[in-house]
Amino acid sequence: MAIVETRGLTKSFKAGQAAAVKNVNLESREGEFLVLLGPSGSGKTTLLRMIAGLEEPTSGEIRIGGVVVNDMTPRERRIAMVFQSYALYPHLSVLGNIVFPLKARGMARAEREKKADWAASLLGIKHLLDRKPRELSGGERQRVALARAIVREPSLFLLDEPLSNLDAKLRASAREELEQFQKRVATTTIYVTHDQVEAMAMGDRIVVMNFGEVRQIGTPAEVYDDPADTFVATFLGSPPMNLVESGDVTIGFRPEHFFPVAHVAGRETVPTDLRKPGIEGPYLPLHFRVSHEEYLGAERILYGTLEESRFEAKKVISRMSSTHDARFESGHVYPFSVPQRHLKFFDRAKGTQTAPVPLVAAAAAP
Amino acid sequence: MSALGRQRWLGPAMFLPAILYVVALIGVPFALAFFYSVGNVKVGSVGYQFVGLHNFRSVLQSPTFGIAVRNSFVFTIGSQILVLIGAMTLAMALKNAFRGRRLVRFLILLPWVAPVSIGSIGWKWILDSLYSVINWVLIRFHLANEFSPPMWLGEPKLAMLSVILVHTWHMLPFATVIILAGWTALPKDIPEAAAVDGAGFWRKLFQIEIPMTLPIINVAVLFGVIFTFTDMTVVYILTRGGPYDTTQVMPALAFFTGVLGSDLAEGAAISIFLVPLLIAVAWLMLRSAHRAEIT
Repeated sequence: MAIVETRGLTKSFKAGQAAAVKNVNLESREGEFLVLLGPSGSGKTTLLRMIAGLEEPTSGEIRIGGVVVNDMTPRERRIAMVFQSYALYPHLSVLGNIVFPLKARGMARAEREKKADWAASLLGIKHLLDRKPRELSGGERQRVALARAIVREPSLFLLDEPLSNLDAKLRASAREELEQFQKRVATTTIYVTHDQVEAMAMGDRIVVMNFGEVRQIGTPAEVYDDPADTFVATFLGSPPMNLVESGDVTIGFRPEHFFPVAHVAGRETVPTDLRKPGIEGPYLPLHFRVSHEEYLGAERILYGTLEESRFEAKKVISRMSSTHDARFESGHVYPFSVPQRHLKFFDRAKGTQTAPVPLVAAAAAP
Repeated sequence: MSALGRQRWLGPAMFLPAILYVVALIGVPFALAFFYSVGNVKVGSVGYQFVGLHNFRSVLQSPTFGIAVRNSFVFTIGSQILVLIGAMTLAMALKNAFRGRRLVRFLILLPWVAPVSIGSIGWKWILDSLYSVINWVLIRFHLANEFSPPMWLGEPKLAMLSVILVHTWHMLPFATVIILAGWTALPKDIPEAAAVDGAGFWRKLFQIEIPMTLPIINVAVLFGVIFTFTDMTVVYILTRGGPYDTTQVMPALAFFTGVLGSDLAEGAAISIFLVPLLIAVAWLMLRSAHRAEIT
């Protein structure tokens, strides 16, 4: 049974203005880690807040555990939420924060303390119980917020960008910890983030949103390898997917699939059924004029343009491991190629993925 | 002149007007009150004779003073409780956006902006024994006897209630504005977190919102206490301390004795009795402001 389900969920803050969330249909599975991913203003937080009961939907339905909860207060929905700022109660001790939801439920003192003790040891914050939130570091605050959420054993966890307040170094370890924690408690989780790395690393499935609409729902591999439209293609991946336009289609390929011919010659063959029409051989050869290079330690990013008369919007990026030691002079043209099976075709007007179409034959390179 | 030299003079120069103001308008009268309270000064008298604590002894022996002290506390505590409840309710209502909020905020501020004497004179008519609009309405709705309607300013209990209510009306905007500011500064997600955590309206109010705004509420209450304890305008205009001193408060008594009764020395002695209480309140206020800073 779906833990959370939304049907045609829509929210507009002001009549006549574009909706913040448009006709969202979601279904989260038991124990799943579902990530809502999108740029700021994409409606992901509004969607989460509607599920929590902090925002009233304009239309549509929200079900939690099969029950329509539209008219229920947050209290009646019995869910737990971790806020971006953690929203710890500053005047209460860590223990006071953790037992607050239990007190609100009218649980007896002895049982309350047992639960708080369990939650605190689960997150390794037993030594902090007497402190006030302002005496804690960012990472400790996050754990207290998680302990406060887990302590009542909710059927659903809502997390609103809980890692965005941590510094970069801490974020990576907190991410891993959070992931492990979710696997251990196996509580269905909806997690909002604008960080694609977090989404890819933690999500069982990712819901990609833009301008209030769901653009694609799928596993990290699905949304990355097979983006539904050009928005998903460019939002996921850093650097984003290269898009070049040709006639009615936009052709996309990931920077990591765009590499020097010399690097791959003769190493890979493409099964006939995966071949895209209009291209001879397993690779699409392209002429790449390098403008500049970024060296990022583990990898190298090359920026430049395609010297191909059959494409428009020719700015493209190539990304290769820094173990690849070829040298590229800026301003020079090099033969590059993309494996056919990694070419994606999008409808140029609508941006949605379409069936492969024959490419215009390559003109002679200048 | 060098920058350092300029700095040496600029600081004190900027500070001087404030010092002059405090010394001339607060320090001198305060010292004068002390000086009078231990002398035999009357309005129009020329000499000064030191009489020690004679005036204080005489004040303490007067039954009116005891009543005035008690009334001052009833007046202050009563009106501050009403102000606090009213201001928190108003702040809560005004915190959320609604149509016409700006107008309502403006209207609520009016009693504070209007001079208290003018407001009080208005209330004196509203509560008048013959022309009271309140009684007129009550009689029309058959809630009061037409031939012996309540004498708002003429019956001891009603008179005290009336001065408390009028003073509350006057003080409410100030407390509302302070509490509203504190309430608006609360991070929005904390009450939301409490709601998700299962807290209902009252639990959220008493366990989260009020404790978090407590330093600000303290400031509002302490200011209110000072303004109320030292205020004589409402009592002076509405009841002149009557009937039978049942609404007499310390500042009004000091004025009646010292200025109208021309016994400056005893009036000064009465007002000196306000000092310990005001010092205690000021100390609490500074402490609470300091606590608000460090949290």
